[in-house]
Amino acid sequence: MHRFANPARFLRLSRAIQPWILAVTVPCLLAGLYLGLVESPIDYQQKDTVRIMYVHVPAAWMAMFGYSSLAIASAIGLIWKHPLADLAGKAAAPIGAGFTIIALATGSLWGKPTWGTWWVWDARLTSVVVLLFLYLGYMALWNAFEQPQRAARAASILALVGIVNLPIIKFSVDWWNTLHQPASISRIGTPAIDPAMLRPLLLMGVAYLGLFLLLLLLRMRVELAERRVMALQLARSRDGEPS
Amino acid sequence: MNGFWAILGRDLALARAESGGALLAVQFFALGILLFPLGLGPEPGMLSRLGGGLLAVMALLATLLALDRLFQQDHEDGTLDLLLTSPAPLWSIVLGKAVAHWLITGAPMLLAAPLLGVLLQMSWPAIGGLVVALALGTPTLSLVGAVGAALTIGTRRGGVLLALLVLPLYIPVLIFMSGTVTAAETGLAFGGHVSILGAIMLLSLVLTPWAAAVALRQVGD
Repeated sequence: MHRFANPARFLRLSRAIQPWILAVTVPCLLAGLYLGLVESPIDYQQKDTVRIMYVHVPAAWMAMFGYSSLAIASAIGLIWKHPLADLAGKAAAPIGAGFTIIALATGSLWGKPTWGTWWVWDARLTSVVVLLFLYLGYMALWNAFEQPQRAARAASILALVGIVNLPIIKFSVDWWNTLHQPASISRIGTPAIDPAMLRPLLLMGVAYLGLFLLLLLLRMRVELAERRVMALQLARSRDGEPS
Repeated sequence: MNGFWAILGRDLALARAESGGALLAVQFFALGILLFPLGLGPEPGMLSRLGGGLLAVMALLATLLALDRLFQQDHEDGTLDLLLTSPAPLWSIVLGKAVAHWLITGAPMLLAAPLLGVLLQMSWPAIGGLVVALALGTPTLSLVGAVGAALTIGTRRGGVLLALLVLPLYIPVLIFMSGTVTAAETGLAFGGHVSILGAIMLLSLVLTPWAAAVALRQVGD
């Protein structure tokens, strides 16, 4: 674990794997978009509206993946006081919040022609909005402290409290009648979706995951660079040189 | 448990010394409820239908009022540093603070709720359900709020930040509180909602003093 606590080693590693992620993400994104938006069959009920699914569903996956990685990074940061894990959590939050907003916006655009309304207060939609607010609270807490160490620990504790609460929120809102369709990919046995639709969906899923990782590495490197700049400025002002 | 009783007694004595200041939360609760008939119009049918939900939402908001002072005041006058070095386990101190907060804000709301329910023309079964729901729901609000209060010690604009952190975590309590009232009003069995409210309260009774204690330790570092 602490092998990767060394920023120099992390920077080397991230520079080495970045081209590989890029090499997977770009073809998957292009192929997924082409197959999904052009090639895939239209739904007999929803017509072309079904194509929104290819950008909506993977975004919802990444919204949840983002929060899980945030919580795991927070746990590692709290337990082992791992500095890069704190950094990863801080870097992951805005990306996860971004995917959550994409999922909400595309879902709303899909809901208008299909359900006849932009928004319904149904279980799934409500819990995703709550997820967005958990992301926003985490980010706000990071910005609320002067010292980054304290901010990191406070935000990590919040992320872990949030993950205890997330299933409770999910179950509580499930008590309302749900309009959103149940899962059709991850159920046991064969997926309830045509292979011609499943293929672009999975390609988009891989592309979104690659995008998430790329942005995460990029943000972490920027964060490290910012801290280095800050440390250098501090050292310079301590030496009494005019800045 | 010495730490628990000492802190509980101290916070209640401080609240009494403020003479009336402690009851501000329940005054806000009542005043907030009185705004709704003015804003929505005084139709009896509508008010009695909305009453349970309005009281539950106002209970959430009134709980937030006193939360940001829960640890902040002790942090500013240095009491918190003494508490951190005391031999009593930190979770018992947090628990004492949360229970004192509930006795000052939650319990008066519990007493005021039936009266406000009558003013909103709610039915008697609905008022009964409301009292049960508040009795089991408001302790959770104080306990979870203590974690938020511990996390935001020493932040700029702590109060607004605290609301942003804590309100999403309050949503399950709100749903099951208003679910209890609706079920009681329509004559359905509300045991399920009440059991879940009780379960959430027990879960937060176990987890939140510990989480808030972890958060408090960061302040001392």
